[in-house]
Amino acid sequence: MIDLLGYPFMQRALIAAFVTGLAAPVIGTYLVQRRLALLGDGLGHVAVTGVALGLLTGFAPTWTAVVVAVLGAIAIEVIRERGSTSGDLALALLFYGGLAGGVMITGLAGQSAAKLQQYLFGSITAISVTDVWFTIGLAALILLLGVGLLPQLFTVAQDQDFAKVAGLDVRAYNLLVAVLAAVTVTIAMRTVGLLLVSALMIVPVAASQQLARSFRATLGGAVVVGAGAGVGGLLLAGWISVRHDASVAPGPTIVLLALACFVATWPVGAWLRHRDRLRQPFPAGAVAPLEATDHDDHDHGPACGHLAVPHDDHVDYVHDGHRHARHGEHYDEH
Amino acid sequence: MSTTSPVVELRDGAVAIAGRPILRHVDLTVRPGEFLTLLGPNGSGKSTLVRALTGLRPLTLGSLSLFGTPIAEFRDHHRLGFVPQRASAASGVPASVAEVVASGRLTRRRLLRPAGRADRAAVTSALELVGLADRARDSVATLSGGQQQRVLIARALAGEPELFFLDEPTAGVDLPNQRALAEALGTLSSTGSTIVLVTHELGPLAPLVDRTVVLRDGRIVYDGAPLQLDDAHGHHHPDPRRTDHHPGVVAPLDRTGEDADW
Ligand SMILES: Nc1ncnc2c1ncn2[C@@H]1O[C@H](COP(=O)(O)OP(=O)(O)OP(=O)(O)O)[C@@H](O)[C@H]1O
Ligand SMILES: [Mg+2]
Ligand SMILES: [Zn+2]
Ligand SMILES: [Zn+2]
Ligand SMILES: [Zn+2]
Repeated sequence: MIDLLGYPFMQRALIAAFVTGLAAPVIGTYLVQRRLALLGDGLGHVAVTGVALGLLTGFAPTWTAVVVAVLGAIAIEVIRERGSTSGDLALALLFYGGLAGGVMITGLAGQSAAKLQQYLFGSITAISVTDVWFTIGLAALILLLGVGLLPQLFTVAQDQDFAKVAGLDVRAYNLLVAVLAAVTVTIAMRTVGLLLVSALMIVPVAASQQLARSFRATLGGAVVVGAGAGVGGLLLAGWISVRHDASVAPGPTIVLLALACFVATWPVGAWLRHRDRLRQPFPAGAVAPLEATDHDDHDHGPACGHLAVPHDDHVDYVHDGHRHARHGEHYDEH
Repeated sequence: MSTTSPVVELRDGAVAIAGRPILRHVDLTVRPGEFLTLLGPNGSGKSTLVRALTGLRPLTLGSLSLFGTPIAEFRDHHRLGFVPQRASAASGVPASVAEVVASGRLTRRRLLRPAGRADRAAVTSALELVGLADRARDSVATLSGGQQQRVLIARALAGEPELFFLDEPTAGVDLPNQRALAEALGTLSSTGSTIVLVTHELGPLAPLVDRTVVLRDGRIVYDGAPLQLDDAHGHHHPDPRRTDHHPGVVAPLDRTGEDADW
């Protein structure tokens, strides 16, 4: 394990995985908020055409991918804004067009499928020093804008009409999110590959929103999960590869680790929400006092095993779907 | 600004949606401090008028000024407050009540600056006004429809606007909270704010109103002293024809029996 960390390629990969894991969920949070979780996927497919154009023309595929993905993002925003085609249909069109175009152009360029594979499934251990700097720069940009403009981006995604009346340039902010999503796609392309790009943006958000009640907490949690899965997945893949003399790809390992976080937080979240609902007080005076009936076979107390909820000057006991508040000879519903 | 210059001045306004005229020849002048209600049946164009006045719907004809400034040049967005009709406060990601209300402060905050003490105080007092101070940290998605409506009212209150547009803010809000809202709007109104309120049921708000405008079929048919809601809804003038001017045909193949004869 320690040997593995000594390799320069591994150090570069770790840095790239860490900053990508930090940046991708930031944009992912805004996409999920606008119910556009699959936008990243659409842009990932469009970027395939960009990579293929790079392979065909001899330009760096990273740059052609950025350009084509940004153009695709603008196209999606325009189609959505015109409202003539629904958002998810527009996405589907780009999805298929991008992937088909990419595979065809790669064929034209006479490049072997293996070359395209690097971009489809990631090749983080082959990342160069220049690419690391490129990744760090773009990730810093995404973090700066995504966190700095949080109040504005949050408001626009929450309620466009309200944002317009408040004087925000809704179109510009929408475009900014789409363009940043395209940039995210191209930096995550090296880490997890174009086909799994969206997972790194969306899955951490899905995991953290199980436990969060506010937008900021969701965003913060998603960043932690994203960066953790990035670094953890890479190390895990390296460790398995060395131990079993196999070649486990880091990209899918990172995504699976993020999914594991979701699977782990989901029951916890469901339990927390359930507990929250139980503890919520009923509105005062909503329910008439009830006669003490013998539906309880014991006096509630600290040791009776029922959930005890401190409530003003007394304690309510939650059992069998109601909140039992003993009051002299009778009990009240609280 | 002299006290008599109008806050809203709409002259011969017309709005068309997808080519179909919705509002026609609407003249509306609102003076500072007025409490105006917009009444009219479903589809008469009340929301469309409010959206036109806030700049959300462009006018196809006519001119609109807010605070004496033509709408195209209007930049003092912090002077406007808006509560949209039946919007949900929830979205794809959990958002706390306080966060949603805080977005009402954006008109008073500068880019890339954290929220200041005044912003937090405004959010707290807006939440207290609508009776949701104890739910500030909860996710809005866990609130009931009426509570979410109150969150949206608080969001508009937080910006401390001078001109307040509320589109059916009390729909789905229970009587005690309607009273609380009436109290809040009464305070606002008495401090000189101008209020334009769309509603179907005035309830506890009735005593505050000092002017009523009734829309029917996209035109103003009454503008004057407050009147009983029954009059506004035309129950005294039974009219068997449809009043919302809807062609009744969505697509050529969709002709219904009722509308097929024209
Ligand atoms: N987005 C839209 N697209 C097409 N037509 C619309 C749109 N919004 C409103 N209309 C039409 O404009 C007319 C006026 O609608 P508006 O929403 O202003 O009515 P309203 O008076 O607010 O009714 P309600 O009491 O139901 O809120 C209606 O005939 C409606 O069909
Ligand atoms: Mg309406
Ligand atoms: Zn008990
Ligand atoms: Zn009981
Ligand atoms: Zn109690």
